[in-house]
Amino acid sequence: MMLRTAAGRRAVATAATAVSLALALSACSGTTKDSADQGSAKAGTTAKADPDAPLKKGLKLSFLPKQINNPYEKIVDDAGIAAAREFGGTGKEVGPSDAGASSQVSYINTLIQQRQDAILVAANDPNAVCGPLKQAMKKNIKVVAYDSDTAKDCRQLFINQASSEEIGRSLVQHLGEQIGYRGRIAILSATQNATNQNTWIGFMQDELKLPRYKNMKLVKVAYGDDADQKSFQQTQGLMQAYPDLKGIISPTTVGIAAAARYLSDSSYKGKVVLNGLGTPNQMRKYVKDGTVEQFSLWNPEELGLLGSYAAAALASGQINGTEGEKFKAGRLGEYTVGKDGEVILGKPTVFDRGNIDKFNF
Amino acid sequence: MGTAPETRKAANAARTTGNDAGGRIRSLALRWDTAVGVLLVAVLVIGLGSTDGFGSGENLAFAFNDIAEVAIIALPMTLLVVAGQVDLSVASMLGLGSALTGALWNAGWAFETIVPVVLLVGVAGGLLNGWLVTRVGLPSLAVTIGTLALYRGLASVALGSDAVTDFPRTYADWAVDTTTVPGTFVTYPVLLFAVLAVLTAIVLHATGLGRSLFAIGAQEEAAYFAGIRVKRIKLLLFVVTGLFASFTGVLFTLRYGSARADNGLGFEMLVIASVLLGGIDFDGGKGTLFGAVAGVLLIGVLKNLLTLNDIANEVQVIVTGLLLVASVLTPRVIAAVVERRHRRAANAQS
Repeated sequence: MMLRTAAGRRAVATAATAVSLALALSACSGTTKDSADQGSAKAGTTAKADPDAPLKKGLKLSFLPKQINNPYEKIVDDAGIAAAREFGGTGKEVGPSDAGASSQVSYINTLIQQRQDAILVAANDPNAVCGPLKQAMKKNIKVVAYDSDTAKDCRQLFINQASSEEIGRSLVQHLGEQIGYRGRIAILSATQNATNQNTWIGFMQDELKLPRYKNMKLVKVAYGDDADQKSFQQTQGLMQAYPDLKGIISPTTVGIAAAARYLSDSSYKGKVVLNGLGTPNQMRKYVKDGTVEQFSLWNPEELGLLGSYAAAALASGQINGTEGEKFKAGRLGEYTVGKDGEVILGKPTVFDRGNIDKFNF
Repeated sequence: MGTAPETRKAANAARTTGNDAGGRIRSLALRWDTAVGVLLVAVLVIGLGSTDGFGSGENLAFAFNDIAEVAIIALPMTLLVVAGQVDLSVASMLGLGSALTGALWNAGWAFETIVPVVLLVGVAGGLLNGWLVTRVGLPSLAVTIGTLALYRGLASVALGSDAVTDFPRTYADWAVDTTTVPGTFVTYPVLLFAVLAVLTAIVLHATGLGRSLFAIGAQEEAAYFAGIRVKRIKLLLFVVTGLFASFTGVLFTLRYGSARADNGLGFEMLVIASVLLGGIDFDGGKGTLFGAVAGVLLIGVLKNLLTLNDIANEVQVIVTGLLLVASVLTPRVIAAVVERRHRRAANAQS
C-alpha cells in the first residue's frame, strides 16, 4: 500500500518501531506460558471430617444452573430443593438466562453476599467461575459442581450423573447395534465449550476406534448451543450435507428433542437412527410415532437429590471432599467420594417403548 | 435525516438557551442525565436501606468491577454517539482481543508483547471501521454490523472453540473482583475507568474537539462548512473505540481467567443501552458524559441489587428494557410538550 502523506508514513514508522521494540524487549525478559507463576493453592478444608456428625438444620443451598430456562436443569434443581426440605434446610434456584462463559459469575458473587451455606453449580465454563468460587470456599461456603464440572480446585465435590466414560461409550454401542455397525454417523452437541458434552464426545471418538466400528464413520460434530431452533437447523443441515447419514447421537436433551422433531416431519423418519440423552416427557411422542427407538438418561431428580445431600454433608462437616469418605443421600442410600472429589450417581437408564410410560419427568 | 429531529433539536436549543432563571432551573430538572444521576443515588440509598450485604465494600467492589469492561467501552461510545455515529463491533473486538491473547499466550509469547499487539489489532479494526465510514461513505450502523460478524469470526479463527486459562497471576490478580486499591473498595479496573472517564469528560466538554463532536452530531454539513475536519475526527473516534474495545478484551480475559472467542457476546447492546440510558441522543449532537457514566453505573448497580434480592433474570431484563424505553421516550415527550407550549404561546400573541 502506498502512503500518500508524510504524516501517514511517520505514523507507520512509529508503530513499527514500537512493535519491534516490544518484541525485542520481550525476547530477553517477560512473562510467558512457561515462566508464569501458576500458584494454585488449594482453597481448603483444614478441619477433619466427622462422619457421625448430624446434618445441620436450616442449611441454605443455592442451585446455579447453566441457564435458568433449561428444562432439564429445572428438574434437577427442583428435586434438589425438595430434598433440602427433607433435612430441614431451604433451597433456591438462581441463574442467568444465557449460557455465556461469564454470566454465572455475578450470581456467585451475590450468593456469597447472601451467606449461603452451599452453592451447587453446573458450570458454563470450568475456569470463568473459578475466582468467585474460591472466594466462596474461603468464606466457608461449600461448593458442589453438578452436571458440568468446574476446574478441580474450585469446588469440593463434583456430582457426576454417570461415569462420563460409560455415557460416551454406551451411546456409541447402542447406536452401533441399531445400525448394524455400518454407515456414516454424526453428533449433535450443545455448546462448543460444554465440559460434559466434550468429555462424552471424547469417549465416543475413542470407542469408535475399536475394530468393530471400522465400517462406522463419524463425519461431523454439530453444535446446536442447547437452543431448540438452532439444534433443529443443525439437524436439517446435517441431513442436507450427508443425505446417506445412518445415525445421529445427540447427547443433550434440547438437541435430541429438536432433532427428533425435524426427523419426524421429514422423509428421513425411520431411516435415520437417532439416539442420545433425552427426558421421557420430551421424547415420549417420538418413541410412540417410531421416530426414535431408544435413548438414555440418568434420573435427573436423583441427581438433584444426591447433590443436595452431598452439599448438606459438606456443610455439616460429615465429609470434606476427600477420596473414600462416605455419606448418606436419603432414599438413594450411601455414596462414596471418589478420586478428585467425584461422586457418581450410577448407570444411565435406557428408555424405549416398553418402559417410557413408567417415567414422568 | 428527516425534519422531525431538526425541529426537536431547535426546540431543545431554544429551551437550553432560555435566559430567565426559572426556565434555566426548570430545564436542569428536566434534563434526563440529571434524572439518571438522581435515580442512581436513589437506587444506592434504597439498596443500603433494604438489602443485607449490598453496602459491604466487597459487594460494591464487585458490583462496579462487574461492569468495568462495559463502562470503559461506553466512554468512546459516548463520543461516537454524540457525533452521530455508532460502533456495534465493540463486543466482537473484545472477543477478538481475548481470543488473540489466548492464542498468542498458547504460542509462548510473553504477556508484555501480547498486550501491545492486541492493542494494535484494535487500532487496525477501528481504522477499518472508520475508513469504511469516512472514505467509502457507508453509514456506521451498516459498517459495524458487518465488522461485528467479521471480528467475531476472526476471533473464532484465532482460538477456535478452545478456552485458554493459565494466565500469569502477576497480571491476573490486578483485574479480579477481590483485589482493591489499598484501603478502599475500588478495584483497579474501576480505578482505570474513573481516570479514563475524567479524561473523556475533559475532551468532550472542555476542548474544541469536544465542541466539534457536538457540531458534527447536530449538523454534519454545517460543521464541515464551519471548517471542522469531520472525516478525520470520525476516523479518530473509531480508532479510539477499537483501541478501548481490544484493551477490554485483555481485561476481560484476565478477570475471568478464561480467553475465549465468544467472550463478551452481546455486550455491544449493553454498552449502547447504557449510553442511551444516560441521555445521549441517538441522533447525535446532545448529551453529557456525566449522563453516560450515570447510565452505565445505574445498570450495574440495579443488576446487583436485583440479583441480591433474588429477582429472576427475566424481570431484570424487563426492568432494564423499561428504563431504556423511558430514557429514549422521556426527553422526546418533554420536547414535544415544550414545543406545543411554545406554539400555543406564539398563537396567543398573534
